[in-house]
Amino acid sequence: MDRFMWTNGLLEMNETLVIQQRGVRLYDGDEKAKLEVGVVLLSTHRLLWRDLKNHECCVCIPLSQIIFFEEQAAGIGKSAKIVIHLHPAPANKEPGPYQNSKFSYIKLSFKEHGQIEFYRRLTEEMIQKRWESTPASQPITATAGLKTGRTRAVGIVGIERKLEEKRKETDKNISEAFEDLSKLMEKAKEMVELSRSIASKIKDKQGDITEDETIRFKSYLLSMGIANPVTRETHGSGTHYHMQLARQLGDILQAPLEERGGMMALTEVYCLVNRARGMELLSPEDLVNACKMFESLKLPLRLRVFDSGVMVVQLQSHSEEEMIASAIDSVSEKGSLTAEEFGKLLGLSVLLAKERLLLAEKMGHLCRDDSVEGLRFYPNLF
Amino acid sequence: MHRRGVGAGAIAKKKLAEAKYKERGTVLAEDQIVQMSKQLETFKTHLEEFASKHKQEIRKSSQFRVQFQEMCATIGVDPLASGKGFWSEMLGVGDFYYELGVQIIEVCLALKHRNGGLITLDELHQRVLKGRGKFAQDVSQDDLIRAIKKLKAMGNGFGVIPVGGSYLVQSVPAELNMDHTVVLQLAEKKGYVTVSEIRESLKWEKERACHVLDHLLKEGLAWLDLQAAGEPQYWLPALFSELSCRDVTPEEANQMTP
Repeated sequence: MDRFMWTNGLLEMNETLVIQQRGVRLYDGDEKAKLEVGVVLLSTHRLLWRDLKNHECCVCIPLSQIIFFEEQAAGIGKSAKIVIHLHPAPANKEPGPYQNSKFSYIKLSFKEHGQIEFYRRLTEEMIQKRWESTPASQPITATAGLKTGRTRAVGIVGIERKLEEKRKETDKNISEAFEDLSKLMEKAKEMVELSRSIASKIKDKQGDITEDETIRFKSYLLSMGIANPVTRETHGSGTHYHMQLARQLGDILQAPLEERGGMMALTEVYCLVNRARGMELLSPEDLVNACKMFESLKLPLRLRVFDSGVMVVQLQSHSEEEMIASAIDSVSEKGSLTAEEFGKLLGLSVLLAKERLLLAEKMGHLCRDDSVEGLRFYPNLF
Repeated sequence: MHRRGVGAGAIAKKKLAEAKYKERGTVLAEDQIVQMSKQLETFKTHLEEFASKHKQEIRKSSQFRVQFQEMCATIGVDPLASGKGFWSEMLGVGDFYYELGVQIIEVCLALKHRNGGLITLDELHQRVLKGRGKFAQDVSQDDLIRAIKKLKAMGNGFGVIPVGGSYLVQSVPAELNMDHTVVLQLAEKKGYVTVSEIRESLKWEKERACHVLDHLLKEGLAWLDLQAAGEPQYWLPALFSELSCRDVTPEEANQMTP
């Protein structure tokens, strides 16, 4: 640990950050260094370490000091480590946290994992030795043998190198994002397990969960996107959010429904509402769950599912009898109608026109002529 | 004589024990809900932190989106279930997919008169991208499929049918069973299929082939070409490549039914 120097942690010109990893403790040889757990950073030129809480406390060592390094596998109660063997410190080394040490190696202990990627990157950097070709603007003390003189990266080689660095930077960003994502998912998994435990307790009736608590639990599930494992539907199922939505829909959809003969396919409603919102859009499931609440909230709309599976929202005022009656009237008047013709007549979409005709047929008022020329409905004279 | 375990006293004691057990059970479940509420707050903070660093990644990288979705699926979480969910609110995944859903519905609706409600994933992809304009975020086929899966909840027959190396997207509640699907797959290469081809490749009887083709005709998914040399050809507009046809208006389509 006596090879380390204090630093302000800022990267020099031409020095690029390659990878960083949180949760790392430094070891002086086999002993824990008198530093806390922090962040280790690998740049093209140096190995740095910074205290997580106290950012002023930052040390570094030039990569040229490294002789070789190896992995030390994790054990029981021990994190995985990378052991780094170092050249002796040069005489003119800047001051650091340790005046002297009996060890010529240090260890990085990875308490939050990340050692595999870090090891890989360190290997790459030690092979490429980028610090030799692009020395940082401030002189870095190193062992003898280092090429002096500035070699600025110019020309195609320079451009390629910059692109390579940028690619690595992007890669680093993405791999960091993935790593953060994995950690996040671990925490989400805990939530899922907790919710399953609660659900099984509810099912086994282990305890008397009040209705209020059930609603709260459901809203927690909704926030996390966990499917509701308790299928016990109490009256007024769905959360407060869906009730609110249902009322909003009751307002928004009045006029459009009137215009369209009292009925709209749910997909149509979805597009209408979301286009109007612009952002904070509804999910398809939000819409369905809200529509399911129309009846219990005594709103003048109903969600209806036809035999074919088509789902519509219809005005309650447009009763079934009315629809069937209008279908029979139109068909009788014209002698026969296809869904397209009926739709055009009433200003309905073909899909909904067909559903009405099918409904009338189901009630025995119409009968069909099903040929390759299309499906045509006639008044039922039988 | 003293007998242990019987008598009014013992029964009362037992009832007390039961009540205490039940009470403990009550506390346990209730406690857990309180615990969940606390953990939820903590999780929300973590998600916010993640979002502040990586929200862009979700928007920019379809590869990241795939990873994200798969991880969620593995742990049993559906980030697209609700616009009110944390994932949607803080990462913006929701808006991305729900808007895509709107665009998909609109494209399918606009073309339904031509292809009967069946469209290749490729064509859908092209048209959605065109509709989104130059400056919108890129959208992958995986994104489309996930958006379509969510649309299924609204019951309008949205579904995805594997065909050849890719998919057909269905947007009408036409009933398509295995037989229909297999014929669609057969027609994929040339855009049309004949009865003989079906009999040869699939080894079906004539009746079965005709039954399937008739159904496709009735649903508006296939058009009959009686003037083809040899035997009649059943064409599937969904499989027409963009280059070899112009857009047909609804009126023209109506006049075309034989």
